[in-house]
Amino acid sequence: MTYFDQNLMRAIIMDHYTNPRNKKLVEDESYKTKHMASESCIDDIYVQSKIEDGVIKDLRFDGVACTISTSSTSIMTALLKNKDIKQAKHIIAQYRAMLNELDYDSELLEEANCFCNLSKQANRIKCGLIGVDAISELIEENEVSNDEQ
Amino acid sequence: MLDLTNIRNEFPMLKKNNLVYFDNAATTFKPYKVINAVMDYYENCSVNVHRGDYDLSFQVSNQFDQAREAVAKYLNATSKEIVFTSGASSSLNLVAYGYGQKYLKEGDVILSTEAEHASNILPWFKVSEVTKAKIEYIPLNEEGILSIENFKKAMHDKVKVVTLAQVSNVLGHKVPMKEICKIAHSYGAVVVVDGAQSVPHLKMDVQDLDIDFLAFSAHKMCGPTGVGVLYGKYDLLQATDPFLLGGGSNARFDICGNILLKNAPYKFEAGTPAIEGVLGLKAAVEYLMDIGMEHIEEYEKELNQYFVEKLRPLEHVVIYNPSGTCGIVTFNVKGIFAQDVASYLSSKGFAIRAGNHCAKILIDVIQASETLRASVYFYNTKEEIDAFIQALSEITLEKCIAVVI
Ligand SMILES: Cc1ncc(COP(=O)(O)O)c(C=O)c1O
Repeated sequence: MTYFDQNLMRAIIMDHYTNPRNKKLVEDESYKTKHMASESCIDDIYVQSKIEDGVIKDLRFDGVACTISTSSTSIMTALLKNKDIKQAKHIIAQYRAMLNELDYDSELLEEANCFCNLSKQANRIKCGLIGVDAISELIEENEVSNDEQ
Repeated sequence: MLDLTNIRNEFPMLKKNNLVYFDNAATTFKPYKVINAVMDYYENCSVNVHRGDYDLSFQVSNQFDQAREAVAKYLNATSKEIVFTSGASSSLNLVAYGYGQKYLKEGDVILSTEAEHASNILPWFKVSEVTKAKIEYIPLNEEGILSIENFKKAMHDKVKVVTLAQVSNVLGHKVPMKEICKIAHSYGAVVVVDGAQSVPHLKMDVQDLDIDFLAFSAHKMCGPTGVGVLYGKYDLLQATDPFLLGGGSNARFDICGNILLKNAPYKFEAGTPAIEGVLGLKAAVEYLMDIGMEHIEEYEKELNQYFVEKLRPLEHVVIYNPSGTCGIVTFNVKGIFAQDVASYLSSKGFAIRAGNHCAKILIDVIQASETLRASVYFYNTKEEIDAFIQALSEITLEKCIAVVI
């Protein structure tokens, strides 16, 4: 399957916007929460992660955000769930490279390939990053707290 | 009637761009008259203002004084009541710290609303923290309007400062300022008016309204950025402490730390001012007075009504301030996030703002945390509104995604 057909890319975004995956927070002590309230736009989302034994067991989010922010967060939470930290970081690096117009491995990005043209819309790139920025921070904080233990 | 063709020809931003600009509540375009005044300063008289040890400085100082007079005329004030600042935010901070913080004490009350711009409420938060004076909010009605009845109910003996926007930047409603000042004064309270969204659009008469302090920015009224005004009744300005001290604000000082400040307005203007900004502001108020603020006010009201009338039939649009009159239309498209709508409209050549506009009111009174705001000025036209409505009537979620990907 190729993701490079424009209609398909739009359909994926539409699907994840109207029917977002993992869009429900839980009240559970084993989850860590990150609040992302952008200074430059009006998106306001929360992302939760449950990371155990070096594996991302669960990712969730909720909040109000635009089509690109919501769909990218939905896609990335689905893509990164059940990956180990090392894989997850590698996939995130590919995704960031795509948005920065650098070389990347598109095989690893699956549905997230639908944002391959987002880099052309300078003022919307941040919408595609809000979710992964939160996930990256959650991963980092998990690593720091593991180091401390 | 305004001569729109002529007016639009005076704005390079309107001549050059195909952009339909409906973000005038954020800032406005500048006519050649203002641009030329700024350039003239840099090209022909680029020296400091200090009463002239040489001719050119004398001339520029005179122009600077004339700017104060022009602004005073615009407000029906006297020129010694006009303080030049860096903008509405700095004017509002000056009143809060220089007056509020000096005189308020525990037990006193600062009365405001939940619809204020951050620049008119955050300084008072700080004043409240330092002085222990309390902030109370006048309840707004279900449309977000401040009624005189609610104001009367909220007013009491402990209120020492009433601080309000004359026109809200969120919903564009105009508050009955003359009655408010009258009632507030009968309790001995001082009225601080945030005029950022009113002074550019309405005929102002500070004496008739009996306003105590009035703050506004030049850039929202065809003037340059980085300059604004604090108007204050003279005895109140004299009673206010400067926020900054330095060159130009003192008459003399000695090595023991004794400072003799100049009188208002000069004691507030330490340091070299934004001279080109002040001269640009002079050109802007002259330009607006030439057109006539009554005409501007009347035309904008007409545009506002036309906008609402055209927007109302669109079933996928919710309007939050259908009864507004001051050029601000706040709305949402059902089922599409405000930011996506603004992006789509931007791709079609329309500039409007998506945001939460720094005010809490939208959540409490209107139950929408994000909205779209279209704000017009006297150079906008009904044709622009027609084109905007056309673009908005065709909007779909799919199209919003398609303009990005
Ligand atoms: C009602 C109101 N007050 C104050 C301000 C602050 O003006 P400035 O940013 O020019 O200082 C604004 C500007 O958006 C405003 O709309």
